[in-house]
Amino acid sequence: MNTFSALRYYLKSFLFWELLLGLRVTGRYLFAKKFTVQYPEEKTPLSPRFRGLHAQRRYPNGEERCIACKLCEAVCPALAITIESEQRADGSRRTTRYDIDLFKCIYCGFCEEACPVDAIVETRTFDYHFEKRGEQIMTKEKLLAHGDRCEAQIAADRAIDAAYR
Amino acid sequence: MEILLTIIIILLKIVAILAPLLTAVAYLTFAERKVIGYMQIRIGPNRVGPKGWLQPIADAMKLMFKEIIIPTKADRFLFLLAPVVAFGPALAAWAVIPFGNGMILSSLDAGILYLLALTSMGVYGVIIAGWASNSKYAFLGAMRSAAQIVSYEIAMGFALVGVLMAAGSLNLNQVVLAQQGSILHWFWLPLLPLFLVYFISGVAETNRAPFDVAEGESEIVAGFHVDYSGMAFAVFFLAEYANMILVSALASTMFLGGWLSPFEGIPLLGPLFSFVPGPIWLVIKISFLLLFFLWFRATFPRYRYDQIMRLGWKVFIPVTLVWLLVVGLGVLGQVGPWFD
Repeated sequence: MNTFSALRYYLKSFLFWELLLGLRVTGRYLFAKKFTVQYPEEKTPLSPRFRGLHAQRRYPNGEERCIACKLCEAVCPALAITIESEQRADGSRRTTRYDIDLFKCIYCGFCEEACPVDAIVETRTFDYHFEKRGEQIMTKEKLLAHGDRCEAQIAADRAIDAAYR
Repeated sequence: MEILLTIIIILLKIVAILAPLLTAVAYLTFAERKVIGYMQIRIGPNRVGPKGWLQPIADAMKLMFKEIIIPTKADRFLFLLAPVVAFGPALAAWAVIPFGNGMILSSLDAGILYLLALTSMGVYGVIIAGWASNSKYAFLGAMRSAAQIVSYEIAMGFALVGVLMAAGSLNLNQVVLAQQGSILHWFWLPLLPLFLVYFISGVAETNRAPFDVAEGESEIVAGFHVDYSGMAFAVFFLAEYANMILVSALASTMFLGGWLSPFEGIPLLGPLFSFVPGPIWLVIKISFLLLFFLWFRATFPRYRYDQIMRLGWKVFIPVTLVWLLVVGLGVLGQVGPWFD
């Protein structure tokens, strides 16, 4: 180091030059626009392909879509789906039991892709909780009820994505 | 009867100082979370009460209802004494700070000496806490804090000697009066290096970032107060913030003209703002300096231990010694508007 640069070094460290530069950065951010999303009141936008809580859909006439083909059960990598089925009085095959264990589920969306009748879907619902043991099992009733609640949103999302499927 | 009345008046004065001070301590924690949040492009606490204004009260309630755990092998007496030793001096020092001309609890003629004595007392709280906890981390924190504060106490003391020479008095009221004239008569200008040294040493003395090696949460968990919980912890917390306010108050009294108006001596603005009472100016100056405490914490990473020692011993002490010489020559030659 020659004399000049040594002098400059000492001058800089005595004037806290680098520290002032750091303070300037944080000082600027004090007035910057804040990124915080105030969650329950504000929400970030979700994709129509968002994979949240599952639901089962119905046809417009109220008939459940699921035909108990068990493709979702077969494709499920986490073995989260359990299906039992039997023949209904009108001769069609329907599920008597359709359970998704949400503790096992990895929300990969394969069940949704495997389904030939668009019965099992994943919705935009992501803020849910369980209070008792056993509540994590989404039974057929719960799935259908959730589907009835969100049908408008589900149908809209399928329509947006239809061109790519 | 006469004595009783005097005692009551003194007690009322103490309450008049401590009540706003403790409120300020509570809201300084809120301000810190807000300012640091804003500097990190966040909003900070805003859920408790309107705009988050009840957050400090919620924090205090939470800490009050928590259990104070005393470790089995801790020294019970010292363990509980330590927070008090840390907090007491931070409050007691306010006795000699003038809030206006003569508005002072105790116009002590050895005011600066009293302050030096009390501000050094605070560190014993940290050291006792580290020792009494009987824990490795707490002890390491206490040792670091002891070494750091011993180093910076010297520079701080020398900086105060500069003020003493310039003001020609140890009485803080006299120190402020010696700065009368205008904003350029305040001691920050002739004693600029001492002002910076004093303020940075103050940051170090209060164990604030970037000098928070005594806490060092990323290295030694929480340093000297790892084993403290509930109100015992809260008192340490209060002590830290009360000390921050104290250091800011002292720096503004000794270098920024205390309760003097910054517009003094300016033709038009001076008379315009002369109605503002002294304490308001003092509070504004204290808040200004406190902002820097928060700003530093949001900006700087913690100093390495050897860097702290180098800064204290090899930079600050020589700088203050040289500047004391300069001030001495100034006083001898009766230079400028400051030393005549």
